[in-house]
Amino acid sequence: MKFTKLTAVAVAASLLAGPTVAELVFPSLSYRTGPYGANGIPFADGYSDYFTLVNERDGGIGGEMTKVVECETAYNTEKGVECYESTKGMGALVYQPLSTGMTYQLIPKVTADDIPMHTMGYGRTSAANGKVFSHVFNYPANYWNGASVAVNHVLSENGGDIAGKKIALVYHNSAYGKEPIRTLEELAKKHNFELSLLAVDHPGQEQKSQWLQIRREKPDYVFMWGWGVMNQVAIQEAANIRFPMENFIGIWWSGSENDVIPAGDAAHGYKALNMHAVGNNFPVFADIQKYVVDAGKAAGAGDQVGTVLYNRGLYAAMLAVEAAKTAQGIHGTAAITSSMMRDGMEALDMTAAKMAGLGMAGFGPEFTVSCENHGGPGLGSVTQWDATSKSWSQISDFAPSDMDVIGKLIAEDSAAYAAENKIEEGCK
Amino acid sequence: MLYREAGDFKTTYAKDQQTFPIAFDRWGYFIMLALAFIVGPMIINDYWLNAVVLPFLIYAIAALGLNILTGYCGQVSLGTGGFMAVGAYASYKLMTSFPDLSIIIVVLLSGGVTALVGILFGLPSLRIKGFYLAVATLAAQFFLVWLFNKVPWFYNYSASGQISAPERSVFGYAISGANALPHVSYLFCLSFVVVLAWGARNLTRGANGRKWMAIRDMDIAAEIIGVDPLKTKLTAFAVSSFYIGISGALLFAVYLGAAEVGEAFGITKSFLVLFMIIIGGLGSIFGSFAGAAFMVLMPVLLKNIFVGQMGWPTDLAAHMEFVIVGGLIMLFLILEPHGLAALWRTAKEKLRLWPFPH
Repeated sequence: MKFTKLTAVAVAASLLAGPTVAELVFPSLSYRTGPYGANGIPFADGYSDYFTLVNERDGGIGGEMTKVVECETAYNTEKGVECYESTKGMGALVYQPLSTGMTYQLIPKVTADDIPMHTMGYGRTSAANGKVFSHVFNYPANYWNGASVAVNHVLSENGGDIAGKKIALVYHNSAYGKEPIRTLEELAKKHNFELSLLAVDHPGQEQKSQWLQIRREKPDYVFMWGWGVMNQVAIQEAANIRFPMENFIGIWWSGSENDVIPAGDAAHGYKALNMHAVGNNFPVFADIQKYVVDAGKAAGAGDQVGTVLYNRGLYAAMLAVEAAKTAQGIHGTAAITSSMMRDGMEALDMTAAKMAGLGMAGFGPEFTVSCENHGGPGLGSVTQWDATSKSWSQISDFAPSDMDVIGKLIAEDSAAYAAENKIEEGCK
Repeated sequence: MLYREAGDFKTTYAKDQQTFPIAFDRWGYFIMLALAFIVGPMIINDYWLNAVVLPFLIYAIAALGLNILTGYCGQVSLGTGGFMAVGAYASYKLMTSFPDLSIIIVVLLSGGVTALVGILFGLPSLRIKGFYLAVATLAAQFFLVWLFNKVPWFYNYSASGQISAPERSVFGYAISGANALPHVSYLFCLSFVVVLAWGARNLTRGANGRKWMAIRDMDIAAEIIGVDPLKTKLTAFAVSSFYIGISGALLFAVYLGAAEVGEAFGITKSFLVLFMIIIGGLGSIFGSFAGAAFMVLMPVLLKNIFVGQMGWPTDLAAHMEFVIVGGLIMLFLILEPHGLAALWRTAKEKLRLWPFPH
């Protein structure tokens, strides 16, 4: 095609015009502004700091230095698409958009452009089926696992029987918040509890009517799927109606320090799920202090080290680095491409020994990724907020979720996607 | 000197009444069209297309629509986002219910559906004006967004509530979906823009346009001289919503590919398009394009300067963008309240005499 050849020449010329340094590029589609900025900042800091640590301490991955390119999306899908288009030509290895809305947008684009996407604990849950979603990974756990872990925690508190109990779901009225509804409905049928759904519109500043309804209905438990400013407003409102905090369980995106601190002591006892460890009691933090913070290379203001979302960014970066190492091992070259990175992610084997070697022993569960399972083991833990010591503590081990229910739903949803988009299921 | 009018005599009414009577303008217009259609596809790449050109083309159509309603007919409307959502969802339902229907027909039909919805929400304009009408259209905005969130039929009962455009093609080239080539989407949207702008220009300088402007300038006097306010206002809403619906359908199908109504078609969209026509110039076709270019290009340009060239942190750049775009809007409205179109018009007036002062 005449046109595409000319455009290819033009694009190549414009790319060559820039400095060509052999580097491994990890774009960070972050949001440090807007109503979700308070939660976006620690994740972006953690993500960036880990790559800085790898550069400073280890001299890069397999000798190749890493480069994090930040692009501000303000949690807005259009800006996210613009950021994706502007960074994909830089040799981007993996995308982590940290937004379920953007993930839905980018799934067909990354598949067409052959760049993998890691949506750790968010995004389209059925992407766990790697046969349909070849370029999307959501290990180590996804929303349906989270819903099941929350229900399991409630079951364990009630001796295994919650028939007749009422559970309310307060959710962000977007694709993100609607994700667990299907699973919770199935689990409600299985365990005979009553589920009520309360949507909160973006950005979630106005929740008085939803919490008034909760006050009237008096559910036994409230689950929350919130993000950004919605979290702190919800916890404040729950405190206002004197809802018992130990019965208020948020998903892992609703369990960070800036969500609970504004409510002060009233938030004591609030629970949230998590898929990795909390706190900074790991040797890797000493390294971060030495190589990153003290050297003045910390991302952002450098004040988020050790917070829940900072740890999550760190964990996501660590998984990306290990997948890159795996890719370098498989293909025998240090300068990997995005296609090789995808292969590395699909062959990732996260063992306890590996994590201990990185100074992160017990930071997350052990798991392997395969073509059939891009979603990992689906383990989640429950953490609880202590308002007096201002810290989160893990009150349960990484427990499994109800894969009978979830496996069926994943198969159903991914088959529907494959049919709609005429994708042939298969493994590379 | 450049704008040579000397010796240019018109011998037919058609030539005298044409949109570009001065030869320089006419040549410029045709050359620009040729560049856009022939050179454009050759130099466009994914980034330019998605960051600048497609949003510009799509918002230009929306700005044309809103300009017809607010600029030419004087009916203030804050419901643009909601009407774009109607266009998007109509195109989604048509694409999924009739997979064999050509995407061109789908887009035109979505415009038609939006025109009907626009007529419905335009009925309050027969009773209320100005600020109060703005509030009524604001209600339309929120109602439509709520409707598309609440009624599962609109998003085909999908669990996430998102709608995504299936792949469709024109003459064998993919237009929607991830495999669409940049130059194909570009030409598709450009064709729509050219046809719709041509239509808007001719509508607004014909009898319909004069009726709209009469209602805008003094609706009671217009009624007295025989302009039917019911038909005129409702046709303004219909035509404007047709344009805005097409813009919404293109935004969803060609540009975004998938959309969540609360985020993609919220109140910020309505404000964005309103700012475009205010900055560009109310009641001017060129103004719609100028305003769309300003509001689309400014943030991208600023981001590339601050983050790309100057290496500022991304959050600082995003905040400064707000400050600068807001400041420029205020500056424009103080220096030239009639917008960029008025600046352009003044420049052309001066150019017709240049180098003589009068």
